[in-house]
Amino acid sequence: MPTPRVLVLRSPGANCDEETEHAFHLAGAEVQRVHVNQVIEQPALLDGYQVLCVPGGFSYGDDIAAGRVLANLCLARLPDALRAFRDAGKLMLGICNGFQVLLKTGLLGSEDDGGPLATLTWNDHGRFEARWTQLAADNQRCVFLRGIDRIELPIAHAEGKIAVRDSAALATLVDGGRIAMRYAPTDAPVTDTPLSFPTNPNGSAANAAGLCDTTGRVFGLMPHPERFVDRTQHPRWTREAIAEPAAGLRLFQNAVDFFS
Amino acid sequence: MLWEVDIHPAEGCPDRVGQRLQSEAAALGFSQVAAATARGFLIEGDSLSRAEVQHIAQRLLIDGVVERAVIGTVTDTALSQAPLVLGDRESQLISVLFKTGVMDPVAQSTEGALSELGFAGVRVGTLRKHWLTGISAAEAAPLGKRLLANDAIEQLVVGPLSMTSLAAGSPYRFELRRIAILDLDDAGLERLSREGQLYLQLEEMRTIQRYFQEQRREPTDIELESLAQTWSEHCSHKTLAGRIAYRDEQGERHFDNMLKETIFAATLRLREQWGENDWCESVFKDNAGVVRFDEVDNVCFKVETHNHPSALEPYGGANTGLGGVLRDTLGTGLGAKPVCSTDVFCFAPPDTPDDQLPAGVLAPRRVMRGVVEGVRDYGNRMGVPTVNGAVCYDERYLGNPLVYCGNVGLLPREKTHKQPRAGDLIVAAGGRTGRDGIHGATFSSAELTSESESLSGGAVQIGNAIEEKKLTDVLLQARDRGLYTAVTDCGAGGFSSAVGEMGEGIGAEVELAWAPLKYAGLSYTEIWISEAQERMVFSVPEEKCDELITLFKSEGVEATVIGRFVDTGNLTLKYDGQDVGELPMEFLHNGRPPVVRQARYSPVRETPFAPHHASADRTEDLLQILSAPNVASKASIIRQYDHEVQGGSVVKPLVGVGEGGPSDAAVVRPKLNSRRGLAIACGINPRYGDHDTYRMAASAIDEAIRNCVAVGADPARIALLDNFCWGDCEKPDTLGSLVRAALACHDLSLAFDAPFVSGKDSLNNEFRYESARGERVSIAIPPTLLISAMGQVADVSRCVTMDLKRAGNKLYLLGATRCEFGGSHLGLVTGVTGGVAPAVYPAEARATFTAVHRAIGAGMVAACHDCSEGGVAVALAEMALAGGLGVTADLSALPLEGDFESADQRALAALFSESNSRFVCEVAPEHSAAWEALLEGVFFAAIGHVTEADGFTIATASAHAIGTRVPKLDEAWRGGPTL
Repeated sequence: MPTPRVLVLRSPGANCDEETEHAFHLAGAEVQRVHVNQVIEQPALLDGYQVLCVPGGFSYGDDIAAGRVLANLCLARLPDALRAFRDAGKLMLGICNGFQVLLKTGLLGSEDDGGPLATLTWNDHGRFEARWTQLAADNQRCVFLRGIDRIELPIAHAEGKIAVRDSAALATLVDGGRIAMRYAPTDAPVTDTPLSFPTNPNGSAANAAGLCDTTGRVFGLMPHPERFVDRTQHPRWTREAIAEPAAGLRLFQNAVDFFS
Repeated sequence: MLWEVDIHPAEGCPDRVGQRLQSEAAALGFSQVAAATARGFLIEGDSLSRAEVQHIAQRLLIDGVVERAVIGTVTDTALSQAPLVLGDRESQLISVLFKTGVMDPVAQSTEGALSELGFAGVRVGTLRKHWLTGISAAEAAPLGKRLLANDAIEQLVVGPLSMTSLAAGSPYRFELRRIAILDLDDAGLERLSREGQLYLQLEEMRTIQRYFQEQRREPTDIELESLAQTWSEHCSHKTLAGRIAYRDEQGERHFDNMLKETIFAATLRLREQWGENDWCESVFKDNAGVVRFDEVDNVCFKVETHNHPSALEPYGGANTGLGGVLRDTLGTGLGAKPVCSTDVFCFAPPDTPDDQLPAGVLAPRRVMRGVVEGVRDYGNRMGVPTVNGAVCYDERYLGNPLVYCGNVGLLPREKTHKQPRAGDLIVAAGGRTGRDGIHGATFSSAELTSESESLSGGAVQIGNAIEEKKLTDVLLQARDRGLYTAVTDCGAGGFSSAVGEMGEGIGAEVELAWAPLKYAGLSYTEIWISEAQERMVFSVPEEKCDELITLFKSEGVEATVIGRFVDTGNLTLKYDGQDVGELPMEFLHNGRPPVVRQARYSPVRETPFAPHHASADRTEDLLQILSAPNVASKASIIRQYDHEVQGGSVVKPLVGVGEGGPSDAAVVRPKLNSRRGLAIACGINPRYGDHDTYRMAASAIDEAIRNCVAVGADPARIALLDNFCWGDCEKPDTLGSLVRAALACHDLSLAFDAPFVSGKDSLNNEFRYESARGERVSIAIPPTLLISAMGQVADVSRCVTMDLKRAGNKLYLLGATRCEFGGSHLGLVTGVTGGVAPAVYPAEARATFTAVHRAIGAGMVAACHDCSEGGVAVALAEMALAGGLGVTADLSALPLEGDFESADQRALAALFSESNSRFVCEVAPEHSAAWEALLEGVFFAAIGHVTEADGFTIATASAHAIGTRVPKLDEAWRGGPTL
């Protein structure tokens, strides 16, 4: 199998596209950053890629709500192309704003007849928050999290709280193994009982930080793995031994390895 | 039909805006207030049906999991009905809408999204709605003004809305305006300058009058405006770059160009000394200073101020302040890529009671929150990490808060210089031109008064970060394709200064009717001087113009030809083919009359620093300094800024075991495939300026450099920026204190081999008002010099942070301590004045900096922290709380220099004196011999060691001592103002 090709989707306000490209590149993928307008003009472009990554940032300013305008554009102009990409056994990754977009397009498969099961909304404290978090991965299903158990990654978001429609919706996600990543202190067991700030930095239901679809090939997460692909990116690298390669790189390597 | 969609929190979901409003109202004494809020969209389309609006709401506007909508035509009573959560208590509805013409980014994005849904041409506006119980109808408007709306940009409506349309602007009918100036006497010229918001001095008005007398015609309004913009303090820096007769204790000195003969001269001399090792690339001429980074790239650095707009509209002012300095980076050379930002704010104490505020002044807490949020929302959206900053508090910033926004950019070496050519087309790109920001340049050069808000509201704007982000993305692509010969930003003065500057050596012809407008009705002069945000001007060879416009369009950026650079030496302005203005570039740029300003410096009389020693236990002093607002943790601000986007973060603003200690400088890696880094730091301490502005400036330079050195930057390659914010410099004493600071910049730049590469000044920071008793009062800010430093790190994996690392390690103090308490934090918290401000001893300082750098490079230093506010005691405390480890220290062997009056004074100085050029370093015992050998010729002392237990003790040679526990220090340090 040749090197997998990754399309990092640019859009007005996407701003983590370059470091995401860098992370995939370090992992051995061939990466292109492509503007959403170009994909709309030529949806067949997607055929040449195995991984679609919607990076972090503030697509269209997060005006109306985070990721909403880009999700609306995708639904209006690319519904078939994106569904076909997903259903062809390829991988989709949404990081931070990209997660918000994936969730709001329904590409994460988190909707039923009653509408969306969950959404990403304002952090409980109502502000943008940038800080490192401790996370636990549920690597049963999610392709991107293979071999990862605990990991530290930074968050940087205002609307990163996973809110569910009701308790039944939460049960569907939990029981279906869809909550692929949770905020969890490194030295404590993983729990679905909401933890307090700052361990759970936004008040997410079940301490959820990332969701995957039923196949494990579509994954969205609020933390930024592309910000931990070098040990000097870690907040305590001057005082602790940081394993190399840096832990965040594993997510990108998993995507590459999936095709080999 | 004008529809409204109100979006409320769904049942059971929190109303965070309402909760915040409730607590803010309670803080103002309205403890009975309960609040509910909604955000609203006004949607106007010729034949929109209710079903269509419902579809729009479902599909685009509401999130069904957490929100619910109320839909109606604007006057529908359902829309004004109080939400059920308020029960059946009577409530007042207060709606806040943007004034016509103010930037509304959300409305713009929504219009774009609606056209994707098949509703092209539908107009959108946004509003915020608040229902408050527990207040009377009469209280609604005043309370709303204090808490919800800012008159400068917003309107407040109490009760149901009654508007019928969102239409803005009306058709413009061209009429050439001439201003009668030829026959005016001096009083008439002064009146015209003031009432026309030209803010020119009499001598300048006379020069303009003489010019037009020679031309035998009256000027048109646009000619007069062009001159006022170009000659404004903001654009020309005429005071500091002008003639000054300066007198101090050493006699008289005359400057033809003060900046050139002090700060620039030092840089020039350094560059001559370096010869072929000169690492400066472009200084004091472009939008930012440019220096060498590596073999491929240069880096540029610029810090701007946006003080006056931030005083009137803190959110918008700070928002556009950051947007503006990012455009400086984009407009440096052929366009640099912004890689990190720095922000420094000066506020009045946030607990200043509302009833002590003069008319026209916003509450400091509101200013602080607005400024922080304005910077946050622009920087985070642009994807530029905010990595460094400072906040200073002083009562004298009440009428004039200071907002410094800085940005560092990465620029390929071959793209460092620009040269527009005659024949090139003038292309404007980015946002459209509107009536926002008219007279910003001239207004910022005037003093603020209690009338400023009503007079100059047009000078205040809101930014649209995404417009600028799109522009950034396409600009860098066009740069790499070589599609233009020059670029500059539209900042103060709008097109008039951008085109005027670029065409200075050539000539330009502009057709103003071609500029894309936000709405109809702008006059040719308004188009020319509008400071609407997010616009850049390019000089484009004709054959490349189509490619540039197509590229920009492919990412949704509008680019339009508005004229051509022509080889005439004149600025020619047309509207729809008709001549509206013609000025020689020579007169525009060099016609300003020389004015000699008087400057006088008389030293402040020194008084002794004489604290009372009721007790020898200084623990309480330390805790008070740690929680003093200038020193205390800024985490509540820092955490709102994305400081890691772009992935280059190496040393973050908060470091240590819980990421909770104050880093001396930030380190970023601007190129992800390289180990080379940049250290960004600042130095600012207006309290020293009350004693001596020379020492204040010298201390700020020393602080900025030592902060860079502390994390591992090479002291031989540090570039500096100066930002002077001063009061009314027509006053000789005020200008004198500034010249004295500039002389220090000259001297210290040479002494440290650290070139100034760019700078900016903001003068006239005084606020005039009439007190309740009818007295005329003026508050001048303290002289405030911000020094920003950009250092370089060869290999970021050698960087050091300030948190203590390991129990058993030894602690050292480097640098001599003197009796320097003037402006100190010990003085501040104990209410004791007097003493002298810290001086800089460059030879000692350089030896220390070099030694620290070598030791860090050799991997000997486990932690390094500079001593600043609060001296050695505070440095040790911060290192301990950041590392979560204890300290046992004894300062009795500390190297002390100079005269002391008593043993107690020596002990107090060892603990709290703020002498410059000092560091506390943590060194592992196995390195201590090599380390001490390296320190030959440097003042140093071993002062103690790191402990596992959380005790914190400092002994001195007298009874003065400190004893506490680290959690207590941490608690004090986290006890400053929060947002």
